[in-house]
Amino acid sequence: MTRDDIFTKVRDVLVDALAVEEEEVTPSASLVGDLGAESIDFLDIVFQLERAFGVKIAQGELFPEGVAQDPKFVKDGMVTAEGLAGLKSRLPHVDFSTFEKDPRVTNVAKVFTVDTLVNFVEKKLAKQPA
Amino acid sequence: MRWMWIDRVVELVPARKLVAIKNVSLAEEHLHDHFAADPARGLAALPVMPASLVIEGMAQSAGILVGHAEHFKQKVILAKISRAELARDAGPGCTIRHTATIERLDAQGASTRGVIELFDHAHPELGYQPMGTIDLMFSHLDNNQGGAGRSGEAFPEHNFVFGEGFKTLLRTSGVAIPD
Repeated sequence: MTRDDIFTKVRDVLVDALAVEEEEVTPSASLVGDLGAESIDFLDIVFQLERAFGVKIAQGELFPEGVAQDPKFVKDGMVTAEGLAGLKSRLPHVDFSTFEKDPRVTNVAKVFTVDTLVNFVEKKLAKQPA
Repeated sequence: MRWMWIDRVVELVPARKLVAIKNVSLAEEHLHDHFAADPARGLAALPVMPASLVIEGMAQSAGILVGHAEHFKQKVILAKISRAELARDAGPGCTIRHTATIERLDAQGASTRGVIELFDHAHPELGYQPMGTIDLMFSHLDNNQGGAGRSGEAFPEHNFVFGEGFKTLLRTSGVAIPD
């Protein structure tokens, strides 16, 4: 499956899960900021990606879990260096380069774009036996 | 008793399917307002079951199915109406049948599919006719307080979701409540 094919399926999932128009789903669109995703939508997106691509996605594999509640990861509302390292290792499909410049915990949600999902699925499918 | 929008569970296949019925009655007060006559516009009263309450009936049906699958240990909260399409109205004397199936269930929550059908007792030969579809998402509240973008709000320890109303419904439907 090409990256374009993956994008098309991801877009269909987001159009359905978030009730947005196809044109709004651009690679750089942020799920929360641009497409209006709320917390439960993340679970919906995981369920729908599993169905669309025939994969199993574990809790915390695509989106982070419990970051804000872990004192090692967050101090004074900022993600610590240890937290950032943890996020990077747990979420290799996410581009944290912009987030690193302003690592407020409230900015974590912004790093999830349409491209993040495409990256995730691409890596996930590559790991599957042909 | 909590507002219940299903009268009886008629079939339960644990963790897979639940079928429930709701008899629409003119004794239900809201039917008199939904929709009341409007003489100024020359409109007669049109008592029909509000679509929002049909959705709530499906939420209760699917919610019981999801709760039962986890022995009612989880606080199962309706989190999202993914899709709701109702093509027909249900008036007094009709029976609504909710068939909920689990599409996906895990520690965080569940997604369900729902089919709504209508039985018009004036035309029993037609049997149950399609009325619509309602797909829902449920969150297991205790497993979803710590994730990204979530509130971290505290909720009571006891399972306030499956209270006496649900227990009575299950008991009168002959459904055993798992330990």
